[in-house]
Amino acid sequence: MPQEYRLILKHLDQPGYTPDLDCYLRHGGYEALKKALALKPATTADGKTLTAPEQLRREVSLSGLRGRGGAGFSCGMKWNFVDRRSGKPIYLICNADESEPGTFKDRQIIYKDPHQLLEGLIISSYANDVHLAYIYIRGEMHEGARILNRAIREAKTKGLLGQNILGSGYDLELHVHRGAGAYICGEETGLIESLEGKRAYPRIKPPYFPAVLGLYQCPTIVNNVETLCHVKHIVAMGGAEYAKLGTPNNTGTRIVSLSGHVRKPGYYETEVGKVTLGELIFHEGFGGGLREGRTLKAVIPGGSSAKVLKAGERFKIKKRGPDGRDVEQQVEMLDLPYDFDSLAAAGTMSGSSAIIVMDDTTDIVAALANISEFYAHESCGQCTPCREGSLWMAKALRRLTHGEGRAQDADYLAKIADNIPGGRTICAFGEACSWPVQSFVAKFKDEFVAKGAADEAKRAGSGVAATPEMKIAASPQL
Amino acid sequence: MSFNVPSKIEAEINELITHYPQKRSASVMVLHALQDHFGHISPEAMEWTAAKLGLQPINVYELVTFYPMFHQELIGKFHLKVCRTLSCMLGGSFKLHEHLCGKLGLDPHKHGPQTTPDGKFTVEFVECLASCGTAPVMMCNEEFYEGVTTKKAEEIVARCK
Ligand SMILES: Cc1cc2nc3c(=O)[nH]c(=O)nc-3n(C[C@H](O)[C@H](O)[C@H](O)COP(=O)(O)O)c2cc1C
Ligand code: SF4
Ligand code: FES
Repeated sequence: MPQEYRLILKHLDQPGYTPDLDCYLRHGGYEALKKALALKPATTADGKTLTAPEQLRREVSLSGLRGRGGAGFSCGMKWNFVDRRSGKPIYLICNADESEPGTFKDRQIIYKDPHQLLEGLIISSYANDVHLAYIYIRGEMHEGARILNRAIREAKTKGLLGQNILGSGYDLELHVHRGAGAYICGEETGLIESLEGKRAYPRIKPPYFPAVLGLYQCPTIVNNVETLCHVKHIVAMGGAEYAKLGTPNNTGTRIVSLSGHVRKPGYYETEVGKVTLGELIFHEGFGGGLREGRTLKAVIPGGSSAKVLKAGERFKIKKRGPDGRDVEQQVEMLDLPYDFDSLAAAGTMSGSSAIIVMDDTTDIVAALANISEFYAHESCGQCTPCREGSLWMAKALRRLTHGEGRAQDADYLAKIADNIPGGRTICAFGEACSWPVQSFVAKFKDEFVAKGAADEAKRAGSGVAATPEMKIAASPQL
Repeated sequence: MSFNVPSKIEAEINELITHYPQKRSASVMVLHALQDHFGHISPEAMEWTAAKLGLQPINVYELVTFYPMFHQELIGKFHLKVCRTLSCMLGGSFKLHEHLCGKLGLDPHKHGPQTTPDGKFTVEFVECLASCGTAPVMMCNEEFYEGVTTKKAEEIVARCK
């Protein structure tokens, strides 16, 4: 039977569990930090001597941990890319901007178990020789910032942060930095610019890989809130032990944010890949299914930027058989294991692990219009394809949802969306704004065409001509 | 120019600046502190911030126009932010927004924040507030509300005194 596996969320919803330090300590808090700080240099089987930070980094590599912020990049590899020879300070930034529509998992940790984040962050800083770190929290989380500041003060008084942490000789300063309502601050190089006191304009890579030229042009690590919490558990259990959780290449647990048309929306932590998309939506222990009399229409599996899945769609994915060999299988959308690789094989992504469920009452054109409005509002405006394209798409969709559509609008939308991603923009927002449009229009084309055609027929019947704006929209050179 | 930052707030700001190796990094935090106190960001506040951080006023102005949480106009005493994004839309946030606007005599179809003539309320549609599982959600100043039915919204408004 599919069920939750609470590693990160283990305590935070228990009755009487509070976000203060005493409560955290009563539940075994900061033991992993003590363990990390007590590590002595050790010699490996091949005769190399590893410092304590090097041993910690090796455990994280062994664990197979992949980033929980959206891209699913290997955390161990990210840390190995850090330029340690530049002689410059290394910074660590916790990405607590949580703003991908559909996502609300980091909020749970910040509000209910801030010390777990602090512990993971302090260990990660120690592992990477970091002495100054920031938590970049989205501006709307006023209370979240206060809770984190309180936790930092508590940790300082107990010698868990600041100078000479727990007598180890290791120093770490940590500050909370608030954003001010811009989604693009979640993109790591935009976040760095923002933390430097500028507009959050993402930087071009190369050369501005944070691991080499990040904050103040120094090597910088940006990790998501949940990722840093996993580091604590990896150190507590050992990387190899942690890697037994989940499935190969998709190790550990992951918090899923489930919203939309399900009976029990909420956050659920599972072993990665051990539960299917369908189980997350329909099983009693998770979403509990749709409301009375409704049927499933579509699912966005990884935050609003992920390509939509249509009910009944089938995919070919590789699955590891009992003999350890990969076999290709046909699976129905709901039978996709909820992990990084299976969703990528289905042409979409698990992204920020936010599932948005839409039942048969959903107006799919209105749903896409809503998403596109978001991207049009949030594009930072540096790159022409993204700035103009996101606005054009939103505009065309506004027409389609306000009785002014045309049958050709579906093709028009697809054409714009096809011309934004694929290396034409500075950051992955270009992909993020076009993937929903590409996938919604391709998979539900009949609905887009029907809506536009109905509007045209209505206009023809009432003798209203298309406005100049509509003519531009339909012109073939666009 | 009569722009006076109370000494308590200036002390807070001075402390914030120490958090960063480069003063400029503090700009957004300084603007938050000023907006929290004055209710909006005036040209004088921008000049003050620039002088404080050794920047040109344009360096501050470009932040105020970029980050949605900063506003140059005075807004209502109670700022109601309703989430507009997909999960909340599926959960009824458009009805909620319309209801609030109707209740307060504002136009639900107008773009951007709107303030009642008596300056008491500002209603604004905002993007995903990271609580999509309890849709629809809204904020009243710094307070956060989940699963907001129209009845609950009226209670929130009634408590605004
Ligand atoms: C447009 C855009 C928005 C993003 N927003 C967030 C966010 O809100 N939170 C987050 O943790 N990562 C976000 N990311 C991913 C970050 O760029 C980065 O990959 C992540 O913070 C790295 O941490 P991880 O390796 O621990 O996942 C976003 C990426 C893009 C392109
Ligand atoms: S892709 Fe869009 S969001 Fe990213 S840098 Fe370019 S304009 Fe800005
Ligand atoms: S969509 Fe409203 S909080 Fe996320």
